[in-house]
Amino acid sequence: MGTENTISLPERTAIAPKIPFWQRSTTFNMGFVFLVIVLVFTLFPGLFTSYSPSAQDPNVILSAPTAAHVFGTDNFGRDMFSRVLWGTRIDLEIGVLAVIIPLVIGSLIGLIAGYYGKWIDVLFMRLLDIVMAFPFTILVIAIVAIIGPGIRNLYIAIWLVGWKEYARLVRSEVIVLKESEYVQAAKTLGYSDTRILFKHVLPNVMNSAIVYSISDVMMCMLVGASMSFLGLGVQPPTPEWGALISDGRSLISSAWWICAFPGLALAITGIGISLLGDGLSDLLRTKEH
Amino acid sequence: MNELNYIIKRLLQIIPVLFCVTVLIFIMMRLIPGDPALVMLGDKGSPETIAAMRHQMGLDQSYLTQYWIFLNNLLHMNLGKSVYYNQPVSELIQQKILVTITLTIVSTILAILISFPLGYLSGINRGNLKGQIINAGSLVAVSLPSFWIGLLFLILFGLKLGWFPIAGWGQTWPEHIYSMILPGLTQALATCALLIRNIQNSVSDILKKDYVDFAYSKGLPRKIVRSRYIIKNVMVSTVTLFSMRIAYMLGGSVVIETVFALPGIGLLLLQGILGRDYAIVQGTVFIFAVIVLAMNLFTDISYSILDPRVKLQ
Repeated sequence: MGTENTISLPERTAIAPKIPFWQRSTTFNMGFVFLVIVLVFTLFPGLFTSYSPSAQDPNVILSAPTAAHVFGTDNFGRDMFSRVLWGTRIDLEIGVLAVIIPLVIGSLIGLIAGYYGKWIDVLFMRLLDIVMAFPFTILVIAIVAIIGPGIRNLYIAIWLVGWKEYARLVRSEVIVLKESEYVQAAKTLGYSDTRILFKHVLPNVMNSAIVYSISDVMMCMLVGASMSFLGLGVQPPTPEWGALISDGRSLISSAWWICAFPGLALAITGIGISLLGDGLSDLLRTKEH
Repeated sequence: MNELNYIIKRLLQIIPVLFCVTVLIFIMMRLIPGDPALVMLGDKGSPETIAAMRHQMGLDQSYLTQYWIFLNNLLHMNLGKSVYYNQPVSELIQQKILVTITLTIVSTILAILISFPLGYLSGINRGNLKGQIINAGSLVAVSLPSFWIGLLFLILFGLKLGWFPIAGWGQTWPEHIYSMILPGLTQALATCALLIRNIQNSVSDILKKDYVDFAYSKGLPRKIVRSRYIIKNVMVSTVTLFSMRIAYMLGGSVVIETVFALPGIGLLLLQGILGRDYAIVQGTVFIFAVIVLAMNLFTDISYSILDPRVKLQ
């Protein structure tokens, strides 16, 4: 271990730029600020509105945006601002939860298929071919059709389909990496497969999967919202953004605000996540060079 | 001859995948809780029709026989009968598939028309203001929910300005195409953003290649270098992403057809699910998979034409 350090240390000091972390990517910082704001809304929605998202007020049905109701009210007199605010929690949760499980399982599949090769690889790659034969949304919709609409089933559907990209990304990198000198050296030293896989291979193949997972959070949030919009995901009266837009669709010509603000919230959160993902890929790229 | 061999080889490779797709759909249909015959009949039907359906589906026989019957029916486009429409699903699909295919083609053409010039422009302007504006625009475009953008387009260009129809797809071909512009644009938006990025990266990579420098130093005019050396190589790296995005857009047709009230198979699938009309679900999901497989085949063939090295592998 001692020799390893003396070899790598001088190189490392020569490469590492002396720029503080927070100055390296403006994109990352912008996304970070966006998301901190969104997170504050997620964690403490009660701080910003005194209305309950489900309280109905028959006196202010379909009121356009006013000082009292900044985003207007819907056809039950519910305050749209507080409904959009409380929706943040649900939509963000869909994005994150829908990605974590495929990230872990897909990466494991890619790791094992790429490292062991042979029949395990063939098996998983054929499975991948079948999943790839369906458009992503169609397969998710078909699974939801079978197990029934609702948020829990939406998660299950996305988990069953979402692993494929991670498996592909990780597998393609593992195949290259397993021939590398240090993995061969670790094998020669007689390390167990588990140790090589998790200590030597995994940390070096996860970059692209992690970068992808961030844009995937945005994609899954949009898919979740679309599914709720179609009536297959989160069910009303839960204030999910897609469901809110779906509610407002029939009133679109008379009460534009019911559709407009939840969509705007969805767009802003999506842009924030995209910025973060882009920034992260910039950061990791500069680290590699 | 080489090309024909390649096409035949790719055609043969599709067969096992298509077989697995049918197995998957068969398993999925059997996983629906309840008696499969009742499921196909939409929970309604006299004891006689249920018994007839049970016999027709081979439910009194082994799973293998049941699958064989199922496969036979699929391959003969005998996709069952819709309870809601009281019409064979294959007929319904025949009536509606044109809408979905037209939508996908219009979206694809719009995506090409928008993303190639912009991607090229941002590739040669990498780092400066022009490039950064295109980048920012594509970052925003990829993050927007398509159903919401579709609704905004409908309000603005359909209701307020009255430029485009707000529902349906008209009677004649010019009307069909015209009514597809807003839905197509909505559908193409995210794809454009991803393509622009991809094209931008490959343009700026290719510009650094020795063969481009060499072409210029030979004294070739800019136009020829661009079309023969740059654009063709960009196409090769873009085709794969493009085919994946066309498949994705095909899936997005469920959302877009719902927003714009277009009578395609995406909307049909949604109606099937919401109405628990499983014959429709089974048929449309199968057709979607067939279209994707056919399109992947088409992509691979066009890839082999663009990049002759592929055929040799």
